[in-house]
Amino acid sequence: MLRYSKIFVFLICLWPLCSIIYQLFYNKLGAEPVDKIINHFGEWTLIFIFLTLSMSPLKKITNSTIWIKFRRMLGLFVFFYASIHLLSYVGLDYRFDFQPIINDVLKKKFVFIGFAAWLLLIPLAITSSNKMMRILKHNWKKIHRLIYVIGIFGVLHFIWLSKTIFFKPLIFLIILIFLLLFRVTFNKSGSKV
Amino acid sequence: MKILSSEITPEKIYKNRRKFIKQLGLTSSVFYLAPGLLNSTHASNNLTDYNYVTSYNNYYEFGTGKSDPAQYSKDFISNPWSITIDGEVEKKIILSMDDIKKLFPSEERIYRLRCVEGWSMVIPWMGFSLNKLLKKVNPTSKAKYVKFESVLDPEQMRGQRYPILDWPYKEGLRIDEAMHPLTIMVTGLYGKELPNQNGSPIRLMVPWKYGFKSAKAIVKISFVEKMPTSSWMKASPREYGFYSNVNPNVDHPRWSQATERVIGEGIMSPRIPTLMFNGYEEEVAHLYKDMDLKKYY
Repeated sequence: MLRYSKIFVFLICLWPLCSIIYQLFYNKLGAEPVDKIINHFGEWTLIFIFLTLSMSPLKKITNSTIWIKFRRMLGLFVFFYASIHLLSYVGLDYRFDFQPIINDVLKKKFVFIGFAAWLLLIPLAITSSNKMMRILKHNWKKIHRLIYVIGIFGVLHFIWLSKTIFFKPLIFLIILIFLLLFRVTFNKSGSKV
Repeated sequence: MKILSSEITPEKIYKNRRKFIKQLGLTSSVFYLAPGLLNSTHASNNLTDYNYVTSYNNYYEFGTGKSDPAQYSKDFISNPWSITIDGEVEKKIILSMDDIKKLFPSEERIYRLRCVEGWSMVIPWMGFSLNKLLKKVNPTSKAKYVKFESVLDPEQMRGQRYPILDWPYKEGLRIDEAMHPLTIMVTGLYGKELPNQNGSPIRLMVPWKYGFKSAKAIVKISFVEKMPTSSWMKASPREYGFYSNVNPNVDHPRWSQATERVIGEGIMSPRIPTLMFNGYEEEVAHLYKDMDLKKYY
């Protein structure tokens, strides 16, 4: 049963990719297709970060550990979409012309922090297997707390590239704060008990 | 002056006519082409498709998404309309839209539009030089700047119900910038009435400045003594200056302005270099002689 539901969730997670491929073939990407593709994958990266961060609150709320079984897959989709996002920026927008890209990374804080977030995702992706979990033992948990930093970096990246915080960046910020606060309050009440 | 529907040129003929004119290497007297457009090294001189011009807009009065203006301005009523010209003038005047259409016949002006966000279009506007309108009043000796104010109508403009910007939208120009013949008041595009999402019924267009300087749906023009604070200056003074001239050498604090993506050119076309004063350097550079453009951004 779990196997089938995992396959099912996996297929749903491919939706953002399929929708772009569909729009590409049917010429529905609009006035600024490159921008649309980059933004689309950027936004979905953030959404997958939020989904990943929702699993342990859901576990506590519903008193069921089933959620945790999907967390690794969701986390790997974060890395997957973040990588497509980065690749479309480097390849489609700047056509692998690294001079202006390096310039952007060093000079523009929104590019810098976005790139930093992607770099931080790499160790998480590498250490996502059961084998690595066993090898790293309690260090594994410490390493994977990086997802909080990545979430903050990701939302800052979105806010800093937007002309105004209204409305999407603001909504994303509120969701992030909500998900992070959940951890603070839960840990506090946990330690009191 | 009324435009007969038979006088409206279909889009395709428009484009062919443009090509024809370019092939001949001359500019027609009826169709005024901005000088910078023909002899520039700019990669794109093709007109941006009408559908993109009218569906990809920044007009926060109707929402912050690019498709919001087209979607939420459908029922916007801009009739009756009038513009007040006041401030440091001998006698203020109020002109109705009918007066304006009668007094200032529109001509076609094909201009580049460069958005501060890093994209660009080429649009065949219908309009007239702002200086013709401004000459209807006598400014006093105190007048140094011209301030523009857009309409305030939260009932019709859903974006104005939120504090996205300091409503009503305000912009400003130095008097010499406002009097420059390239600075126009726009009443239409592609030979048609100006669509709501593009700033109906009347808007400003200053082709050598970033798009946000060209205020839409203008109701008031005031001559003032002190440099006006625009809505964007108020929102983020470090990022949006009073001048906001297109300048590839002066970056927005958060992103580069060296290149731009041309709207409608498709997924495979690369960014193109942004030109100084958006390609109108020959016509306007003298306005900023001896000015540090990094300081006066």
